[in-house]
Amino acid sequence: MRFPFRILSIATMVVGGAIPIALSAQRQNQPVVVASKPFGESYLLAEMFSQLLESRGFSVDRKPGLGATEIAFGALRTDAIDVYPEYTGTGLVAILHDTLPDSVAADPRAVFAHVARRFADLYRVRWLPPLGFQNTYAIAVTRSTAARYHLRTLSDLARESPHLTAGFTADFIGRSDGLVGLSRVYGLRPRAVRPLAPAVKYQALASGAVDVIDGYSTDGLLARYDLVTLIDDRHFFPPYEAAALVSGRLESQVPGAVAALMLLSGRLDEKTMQQLNRRVEVNGEDVRRVAGDELATLGLTGTAHDASGAQAGQSARQSGFARYLWDRRETIGALTVRHLELVAFALLAAVIVAVPLGLGLERTRKIAEPTIGALGVLQTIPSIALLAFMIPLLGVGVAPALMALWLYALYPIARGTYTGVRDADPDAVAAAEALGTTPTQRLLWVRLPLAAPVIMAGIRTAAVITVGAATLAAFIGAGGLGEPIVAGLALADTRMILSGALPAAALALAVDGVLAIVELLVAPAHRRKRFWRTRTGGPDVTIAPAV
Amino acid sequence: MSISLAARNVSHRFGNVVALDDVSIDVPAGRATALVGESGSGKTTLLRCFNRLVEPEQGQVMVGDQDVQTQSPVSLRRGIGYVQQHGGLLPHWRVLRNVELVPTLQHMPDSIDAARRALELVGLSSTEFGSRFPHELSGGQRQRVALARSIAARPGVILLDEPFGALDAISRAELQESFDNLRHDLTVTTLLVTHDLAEAGRLAEEVVVMRKGRIEQRGSMRDLIRSPATDYVARLIERARAGLEALRA
Repeated sequence: MRFPFRILSIATMVVGGAIPIALSAQRQNQPVVVASKPFGESYLLAEMFSQLLESRGFSVDRKPGLGATEIAFGALRTDAIDVYPEYTGTGLVAILHDTLPDSVAADPRAVFAHVARRFADLYRVRWLPPLGFQNTYAIAVTRSTAARYHLRTLSDLARESPHLTAGFTADFIGRSDGLVGLSRVYGLRPRAVRPLAPAVKYQALASGAVDVIDGYSTDGLLARYDLVTLIDDRHFFPPYEAAALVSGRLESQVPGAVAALMLLSGRLDEKTMQQLNRRVEVNGEDVRRVAGDELATLGLTGTAHDASGAQAGQSARQSGFARYLWDRRETIGALTVRHLELVAFALLAAVIVAVPLGLGLERTRKIAEPTIGALGVLQTIPSIALLAFMIPLLGVGVAPALMALWLYALYPIARGTYTGVRDADPDAVAAAEALGTTPTQRLLWVRLPLAAPVIMAGIRTAAVITVGAATLAAFIGAGGLGEPIVAGLALADTRMILSGALPAAALALAVDGVLAIVELLVAPAHRRKRFWRTRTGGPDVTIAPAV
Repeated sequence: MSISLAARNVSHRFGNVVALDDVSIDVPAGRATALVGESGSGKTTLLRCFNRLVEPEQGQVMVGDQDVQTQSPVSLRRGIGYVQQHGGLLPHWRVLRNVELVPTLQHMPDSIDAARRALELVGLSSTEFGSRFPHELSGGQRQRVALARSIAARPGVILLDEPFGALDAISRAELQESFDNLRHDLTVTTLLVTHDLAEAGRLAEEVVVMRKGRIEQRGSMRDLIRSPATDYVARLIERARAGLEALRA
C-alpha cells in the first residue's frame, strides 16, 4: 500500500512550497518595515523612526522587539526589514568581529567611518549619520559599594572583584565585548556571576543581591537608582554611537524615506535620551506618546502632547491590573487570535505531515528510529537559533514563525503515530492478516483505531508545546501573545508581561482541554464504552440488544 | 466441500536456524492432522506455510489441487479458517462484527446471518453475546468467538495454532469437545498445532511428531503408542503417560 507516502509527499510540497511563495508575493509592494531589538531604547527609537516616516506620508509596518542582534541584522541584510536602530560598537564587535588599533577604536568618528564602509562593502547595508548620542555599557555599582571599596574605575573594580558578586545579562556574559573581554583586559574575576534579565538587574543591585551590574549609559533606571558608573580607564569598550541602519532595498527603492530618517541625525544627545528612556522605563509612559512628544519638540512633526502625559502614564502604571487588562482588551484579544492562528496552522501542517510519516515509518521500520531521531534533534535547536536560520529563507514575520513551530511540532506527533501504530494489539493485527485482510484494511480497521489515543496524546503534547513556543514568534515579528511579554521584559513592565503570559497560559489549558475531549471521541469503541460506564456509575454488565 | 492439504519436501530457514528440513505431509479432505512437538520443532512454521504467512525456501505446498504460490496470499487466506493461541479478536469490534469479518471480506450478501449461525455453532447465543466487546467475555468464550470467526465463511480448511493452549483445563476440554463435533458436522479439513499429545490424539486422526524441523513419526495415535519409531517419540508418550499416572495415584 503506497498512499501514506503519496499523502506525505503532497503534504510536504504544500507546506514547504506554499510558505516561501506566499512570502515572496508579500514582498512586492509594501510599506517601510521599521524594526527594533527587544529593549526599551530600541523600541523608542524605532517608534520615532516610524512616526517621522508616517508624518512624511510613508506607510509603516512596525516589527518591534526582534530577537537579538543576529535576528534583527539578519532580517535587514535580507531586506525582510528596512530600518532599525543599531550601535556602532555592536556592529564592530558583534557583527564584523573586527579589532581596531587602540588609537582608532577610541575615536567615535573613526569607528563610525570604519563600520559604515565595511557594512556597505560586505552587506550592502547603510549606516545613516549618527543620531547624536552614545549608549555604551555602563558597569555600575551603588554609591555605598563605591565608597566602601574605593571604586572609581574598572581597574579598581578588577582589583576588588574577588569580593564582589556580579549580575550581568546573559547577552553581556557571552559577548566578546562583554565579560569575556573584561576578564582578559582588566583581569575581572567576580566571586560569582549571576545571569539576570535586563528588567530585574537594577532591583537586584538596589536590594544588595548583587554588587555590580552591566547597564546602558542612557538607561532610564541608571539615574533613578543613583548609581556610580565606573570609568573605562583602559578604553576597553568601543564607542556605541546610535544610528539608523538602513536596508539596501530602502536606499535604492525609497530614497525619500532615507532622506526623512536622516532628519533625526545629530538631533538626540545623551541627556535627552536618558530623559526619554526614563519616561518609558520608570514612569511607564506609552512609547508612542513619548516618541511623538520628542519629534514635536524637535520641530520634526506637528504639535506635542501636553505635559500631563507624564502624570497620565504614572497613574496608568498604578491603576489596578484588572483595569489595565480591560483597557487593553482589544489588543489582547487580537494578539490571542493571532496566537491561536499561529498554533492552529503550525499544528495542522504538522499533523498533515507527521501522521502519514509515522504511518509510513511503521511500514519501513528500519529507517523509523533514525528518522524520528532526526526530528528529535530538531527539538534541541534553541528556538532563537532556529528563528535566526529561517531569516535568509523566509525573512521575518509569520512565515518563519510558522515554519519553526511546525518543525517543533513534528516530533511528538510522528513519534506518537509510529509508536501507537507499531504497538497496536499485535495478536489482533496478526489474526487480521491471517484471515485475509489487505495491509490497507489492517491499517484502517485495526491499527489506526487502536492507535488513536496514542496519536492524539502526541498531538496534544505538540499543541501545548506550540502554544508555549508561539510566544517566541514575537522575536521574529510574527505577533501573538509573546509581543507584550517581550515588550514588557524590555520596558521592565510586569503588567505588560502578565498581559501576555496569563492569556498564553489560559490558552494552553484551553487547547489541552479541547483536545482531551477530541481524544475521548476518537478512543477505540471498547474503551469509549468503558469510560461512559464508569462515569455514569452504571452496572458493569452488557446490555443485550432488544430482540 | 472440504479439500486436502499437502506439503512436499518443504525446507525453510530463519537466518541460520533450520526451521523445516525436507518435510512432507498429507491431510486428506475432511480429515484432521495434529502437528506435535516442542517449541522450535517447526510445527507452527509448517502450519503457516499453508496460508503463506511463511514462504518456504524449498518444496511445494498444496491446498486442494492448487499450489499456494499460484494464488494471492489475501484471497488464499480468505478461504482458510485460522485460530491462534490468543484469539486475536479485534478489541474495538463487537463480537458479531468480529465473526462477520471473513464473510464481509468475501462480500457474502448475507454476511450477518452467516456470523449469527457461526456463533450458534460454537455454542454462543448471538443475541446474548453478539453485541459484547471481546473484553466482556471469558477466555473460553473469546476462543469460541475466534473459532466462530474462522468458520463463518465456511472454509474447506481450518488451521489451528495452539487454539486452546491458553485456557484452563475445564474450558479446554469443553472447547475440544465442541470443536470435535463441529469439525465432523462441517467436514472441514483440519491442521492442528499443539504441544499436548493427549489433545492431538483426541482431535486428530493422524499425529505428526516433529523435532528440530524434521518429522520423527507420523501415524495414528494407536501406531505411535504401539510402536514408537524413535526414542524421542517413546519419551514423549512416556511423559504423557506419567502425567496420567500421577493423577491416578
